[in-house]
Amino acid sequence: MNVIVMLMLVFLIICAVAVSMTKDLLTSVIIYMAYSMIMSVVWITMESPDLAITEAAVGAGVTTLLFFLALKKIHAIDARNEVRKAHAQEKLGGETEHEK
Amino acid sequence: MKSKMMNKLSEWLTDEASALEREMEASQERAADEDEAALTPAEIRWAQEEKEEEERIARRLNEWTDETGTKISRTLYSILCLVICLTLIVLLLYTVTELPSFGSPDHPINNEVSARYIEKGLQETGAVNIVTGMILDYRAFDTLGESSVLFTAAMVVLFLLRKDKESHKYSPLAKVMHDNPHSDTYYEPKNDIILQKTAFVLVPIVLLTGVYVVLNGHLSPGGGFSGGAIMGAGLILYVIAFGFAKMRRFFTYKTYQFVVLIALLTYACSKCYSFFTGANHIPSVIPLGTPGAILSSGLILVLNICVGFVVTCTMYCFYAVFRKGEL
Amino acid sequence: MQLLVNYEETAAIILFCIGFSTMMLHKNLIKKIIGMDMMDAAIFLFLASQGYIEGRKAPIVAGGVQSVEAYINPIPAGLVLTGIVVSVSVTALMLALAVRLYYRYHTLNLDEIIALAGKEEV
Repeated sequence: MNVIVMLMLVFLIICAVAVSMTKDLLTSVIIYMAYSMIMSVVWITMESPDLAITEAAVGAGVTTLLFFLALKKIHAIDARNEVRKAHAQEKLGGETEHEK
Repeated sequence: MKSKMMNKLSEWLTDEASALEREMEASQERAADEDEAALTPAEIRWAQEEKEEEERIARRLNEWTDETGTKISRTLYSILCLVICLTLIVLLLYTVTELPSFGSPDHPINNEVSARYIEKGLQETGAVNIVTGMILDYRAFDTLGESSVLFTAAMVVLFLLRKDKESHKYSPLAKVMHDNPHSDTYYEPKNDIILQKTAFVLVPIVLLTGVYVVLNGHLSPGGGFSGGAIMGAGLILYVIAFGFAKMRRFFTYKTYQFVVLIALLTYACSKCYSFFTGANHIPSVIPLGTPGAILSSGLILVLNICVGFVVTCTMYCFYAVFRKGEL
Repeated sequence: MQLLVNYEETAAIILFCIGFSTMMLHKNLIKKIIGMDMMDAAIFLFLASQGYIEGRKAPIVAGGVQSVEAYINPIPAGLVLTGIVVSVSVTALMLALAVRLYYRYHTLNLDEIIALAGKEEV
């Protein structure tokens, strides 16, 4: 049990560092979703099933969805694809690059 | 007599002042005339060169602040951040070494408060799940504040991202959205058949799980917050698959207002009743029931349902406002 | 080695500092918000780890056993439960503000936003 919990905590730290290091916003949001899922497993190992249910529904579900919607609003997802980028530029007449 | 003297004095003063002004103006004009007369072409050129030199220096200074200055301040900021972060980590890790061992029963946090919750909780609240009994009975006022925080956050998000027919005239955000109607909804799936079939199977299961978690909050892990979040996720899945037109048939802004208002009011009123009877040692008329039955633990079931409704509506409201700007 | 004995707390502190440095060092507002969320989660982990007691069960009365020796401390779990739900509303509020900033300045880089705002004031 102890070893599993330690492994989970190491995963958590790796996820946190990866979120910080990733350049692409969409990738970092998805890694943050994995961070929330691992956190909900950690709650179960710490005998708090209430927290596990809430974290899985809220942290991994709703928060990530809100991040996706915000990324779409700032056109960070469109800008990944060149065709879509050109399309977005034509539609918006503005810049679509945000990661600098 | 006195007023006359004052009048005279003021007249004299104004006279003096105007005379002084006139003299100053005259001297300035004279000086200007002298300057113009005295300047030779060489001197004019010299003055111009001097001015250009000053401008060049100013431009170079601006460039320096724009490029090198920003770089230097950026580096300084990063170094300071790292120093602060390292200091923080060392201090906090030192604190961790002073803490009692992880998982030890003699931790000072395990005092008579938690012992009382565990030993008397079932008799006093009727809830088998001690955590639910704690947050919805002993600390119910705290939870009312949390529900109000959720409601307030949903309202502020609605203020910030709202758009309606008239708003493009005075709001820059709404103008951008009005001018580019498809700018951020262009790539959304419309009538995606795989998504719809999957949602057709999944949405009832997710909603039922949410209802189960809410209604069994006092018997098993879960409660209003977790069940509400699950139900909100189910509603969001429904909207993603079938679109807002179908959602509007049973959930509009008016429904949202009505449900959240009724839930918060029910919560506040029932808790007021139980606080009033508890503080005045009046026996409450609400029976606690047998522990383990679904209709037990007095008000906790009602409060769980209220919190569940507030959380569900808030999660759905966040999604709808972020995606479309209205409910 | 007390740091390895208190491994949950150690991990929580490290996560907190990673989130803090993410929030301070990145220029992009979305990255800053993610860093703030990580700090939230780390604080919840620290708080809940204080209530855990080795070898005891979750605080749900089973079989009529009501002695203190049978269950972990329910107080941190209750506090964290409300905290998680409030943290999602904080995230939603911050994201809404970031979207508004984007519509005004067409960038999410904090340095550029500050420069543009400075020009606006002049």
